[in-house]
Amino acid sequence: MNEIYRNLIADDRWKLILEGLGNTIVIALGAIVIGTIIGALLALMRVSNNRLLKGIALTYITIIRGIPVVTQLMIFSFVVFPPLGLSKLTIAIIGFGVNSGAYVAEIFRAGIQGVGIGQMEAGRSLGFSKAQTMRYIIVPQAFKAVLPTYTNEFVVLIKETSVAGYIAIRDLTKVSDMIRNATYNAWVPLLAAAIIYLILTLGLSQLFAALERRMARSDRG
Amino acid sequence: MIEVKNLEKHFKDVEVLKGITTTINKGEKVVVIGPSGSGKSTFLRCLNRLEEPTGGEIFFEGYNITDKKCNINELRRKMGMVFQQFNLFPHLTVRQNITLAPVKQGLMSQADADKRADELLARIGLSDKAETYPSKLSGGQQQRIAIVRALAMNPDVMLFDEPTSALDPEMVGEVLELMKDLANEGMTMVVVTHEMGFAREVATRVMFMDEGVIMEENTPQEFFSHPKNPRLQDFLAKVL
Repeated sequence: MNEIYRNLIADDRWKLILEGLGNTIVIALGAIVIGTIIGALLALMRVSNNRLLKGIALTYITIIRGIPVVTQLMIFSFVVFPPLGLSKLTIAIIGFGVNSGAYVAEIFRAGIQGVGIGQMEAGRSLGFSKAQTMRYIIVPQAFKAVLPTYTNEFVVLIKETSVAGYIAIRDLTKVSDMIRNATYNAWVPLLAAAIIYLILTLGLSQLFAALERRMARSDRG
Repeated sequence: MIEVKNLEKHFKDVEVLKGITTTINKGEKVVVIGPSGSGKSTFLRCLNRLEEPTGGEIFFEGYNITDKKCNINELRRKMGMVFQQFNLFPHLTVRQNITLAPVKQGLMSQADADKRADELLARIGLSDKAETYPSKLSGGQQQRIAIVRALAMNPDVMLFDEPTSALDPEMVGEVLELMKDLANEGMTMVVVTHEMGFAREVATRVMFMDEGVIMEENTPQEFFSHPKNPRLQDFLAKVL
């Protein structure tokens, strides 16, 4: 009990843990927003008939998915962004967002291509343009179909942000490691961080599952 | 109304349509029959350019729809299409399925479209299904809704691509009944089907396609009682 107090509360350590948790959440939230926008654009480029757009999207996805996220993050932090004078947190949000975009793109693409060709034909035969058919008919169905995979990407992202310490950001993992260094107790701070991650990821999974149940209404009528 | 001139279509090396020339006049009900792989569905799908023709020309109400510059979306509004697999939009209710196109294309207000949807649903006896999603409906109900969805655009011609082929036998009748009603109201129709009874009863002209060409076309009486082409004789002997 004494050890828990010393590691998690004393010397304002609770503030440090809250700061770490806050940074973890901010990075994950910011990155999923950027990742979703990039992913949606890339997915539409991938399914377009324009070979140049297709090529650009495919190149982006291939490169990003072929390099570890922590390497990308360090490249962003130490090579690409220093001249711009952005804060570390902003760089982390962009870095994880750019990375996540490639994965989200593949999730969305699979969803769009999973909607039967008959839906596109039905839309076109009613006088809709290809873009209108995508908007009113294909994308809503695709989004519903990929929702479980897409929300899972958010959970994955929360866990991935644990490498943000590599560019000197005090995220949840980093602060627990800082406490370990200060108190010479590895058990309590690391276990506390692990439990907080679990609560975040399990809580989100539950939330998304509830959302999916609501959206599944039209399948059951 | 529809004028087809030397229409050709090939997929890679396979020639599916080898020069089709025909005219479909207003009020005609043309039934297209033929063995599978004869090109009859491809022919139908070329009429609203769901398949891009690789040769020849198609004119619809005076517009050359094979011309890349024509506004195909606008022309398709006047050509309703019904598919073998119904292709209702599963994420929308029956009513939304019917009103989506007229409303989003700015042809009707939501209120007017809803009223029209109610009339159409009443006509096919499915008023109570307006708020239902398609997955809850039988195949016959889905196909009848697909037909009225096309009608909601007030088309000048209706194209049917094997509308009863995916249905359980006991549901074929209700769909054919609705198509007969449409025919009696004077709708111009082009129907690809295997339903010989429908062809005999409703068609003003029956067309036999095989190997990518129209082998024979005639009034149903002549077509079924005095087929001239040996392939048609052979085909009819097998299906009748």
